[in-house]
Amino acid sequence: MTNLHPVSFSLNGQPVEIEIPAHTLLIDLIRDRFGLKGTKRSCDMEVCGACTMLLDGDPISSCTTLAVDVDGKEITTIEGVTPPNGLSRIQNAFVLHGGLQCGFCTPGFIMAVTALLKANPHPTDEEIRHYLHGNLCRCTGYIKIFEAVKSLAAEQVSEDAALPVARQRNFRLETS
Amino acid sequence: MLPTPFEFERASTIADAVSAVGQEGDGMFYSGGTELLLAMKMRVIHTERLVDIKGIPGLDRIVLNDANELEIGSRCTHMKIAGDSVIREHVPALASLCANVANVRVRSVGTIGGNLCFGEPHADPPTLLGALDARLVLQGPNGTRSVHADDFIRSELETVREPDELMIVIIFPRPTGPITYRRFKHGERPSVNVGMVWSMEAGAHSIKSARVRVGALGSRPQPLKAVEGVLKGLPVHDAHRAIQSVLAQALDELDVNEDRHGSADYKRHLAGVLLLRNAEEAVAMRGRAT
Repeated sequence: MTNLHPVSFSLNGQPVEIEIPAHTLLIDLIRDRFGLKGTKRSCDMEVCGACTMLLDGDPISSCTTLAVDVDGKEITTIEGVTPPNGLSRIQNAFVLHGGLQCGFCTPGFIMAVTALLKANPHPTDEEIRHYLHGNLCRCTGYIKIFEAVKSLAAEQVSEDAALPVARQRNFRLETS
Repeated sequence: MLPTPFEFERASTIADAVSAVGQEGDGMFYSGGTELLLAMKMRVIHTERLVDIKGIPGLDRIVLNDANELEIGSRCTHMKIAGDSVIREHVPALASLCANVANVRVRSVGTIGGNLCFGEPHADPPTLLGALDARLVLQGPNGTRSVHADDFIRSELETVREPDELMIVIIFPRPTGPITYRRFKHGERPSVNVGMVWSMEAGAHSIKSARVRVGALGSRPQPLKAVEGVLKGLPVHDAHRAIQSVLAQALDELDVNEDRHGSADYKRHLAGVLLLRNAEEAVAMRGRAT
C-alpha cells in the first residue's frame, strides 16, 4: 500500500487540495486528475519544453516534477494564461507571425515566453534565443516564433497586460 | 513514464536528512530531481524513499567567507548561482556556466550539488570546479569530511560519496586571476569542455600558477599537467605561444572515450581549440580576474 500525501496548491489562481502517492508526476496530476489537457507530454526527459508549466512564475518541466513538490506553491498552466474569450497578447503574436503549425509545442512556448517577458519585458534578440533554446519545434524552423517574441519585446505594455490572465473556472476532479 | 512507487519525507535539518537516508532500505537525498527523476522514470535507479532536502535552511547560501574563500551551498540552483551578485563579481565564468547549463527549466530547479553527485561525465560544473581547486564538504552520520573536486567523481555516474553522506557546501579560494570556461556541445550536454584558472603574481604581469581541466572526454575531468607546467611563472603575453608548444603532447595524454559525441582525435582537437580560445580570453583580460 502506497501512502498518500496531502498536497494543496494554487492552480491557475484557484486553491486546490488533493491526496496523491509520492511518485505522481505533476503533468499526470494536472492532465488526468484536474482534466487540464493543454499541457503536452513529448520527450519525457526535460529537453523539449512541451510540458512547460510555471512554478511560482519560473518555468519547469512538469514531466519530471513530483506533484508533492508543488505543495504550497503556485502552478500556472496554459489554461491559466488563456483569457476566457479570445487570445492573450502572446498567443495573438504567435498567430499573427505564423509562429505555429501543428501546435503541439505551442503551449510550452507560450509558457516559456510568459515567464521570459514577466522577468524581462524587453529582451534583446540574444536573450530571446538564449531563453527559448530549450523549447523544441519541429515545424516552424523557429524564425517565426522568434519574430513573434521579438514583436512583443518591442511593445510598451502596461504591467497588468503583461501578467498572466488567471482563468477563473472550476476544475472537474476526475475519479481514478 | 512513471517511477516505481517510493516513500517521501521532508527533512528540516541536515542530521535528520542523513539519518532518514541511512535507515533500513535504500533512501536517497532529493532536491531538484532533474537528473534523479529521469533515471527513476527510466527505471535504472530505484529507491524506497526520497528525502527532500529543500526545507533545510542554509543549504542555498552563497558567501565570501572570512578566509577569502567562496562558499556555495549544495542546493543552490543553477539559476540562483547565475544571478548571484557575489558569484558574478568574483567568479563571472561560473555565473555564465550556470546560466547555460541544460535549459531554463532545468536551471530553475536543478542544483549544483545534485549535478556533482550524479557524476555525469558530460557535465559543465565539475570541470570548472576542478580548475578552481574546489573542495566539497560531505556530512554523514559520523561527521563531515572534505573531498577535492578532482577526487570526487570516481568514474561514470559514480562518486566517492557514501549513500548517507549529504553534500552540504562547495568551497574554493577567491580567484585572483582570469577564470575561463568553454565547451562544445551537440545537444544540451557538453561533448568537450575546458576550464582554466590562473593565479597571478602581484602586479598581474605574470602567472604564478595555472590549473587546467578538460572534461567530458573520459570518465571525469582531467588535468593538463604539461600546460600547467609551462604556464608557471610566465608573463601573460607569452602564455598563448607557450601552450601551443606543449599542446599536442598534452592532448595525447588525455584519456578519451569515443562515443556519439565524436571520435577520440576529433575530441582531442576540440579540446585544444577550446583551450587556446580560453588562453586568448585570459590574455585579453591582461591577467585580471574580471
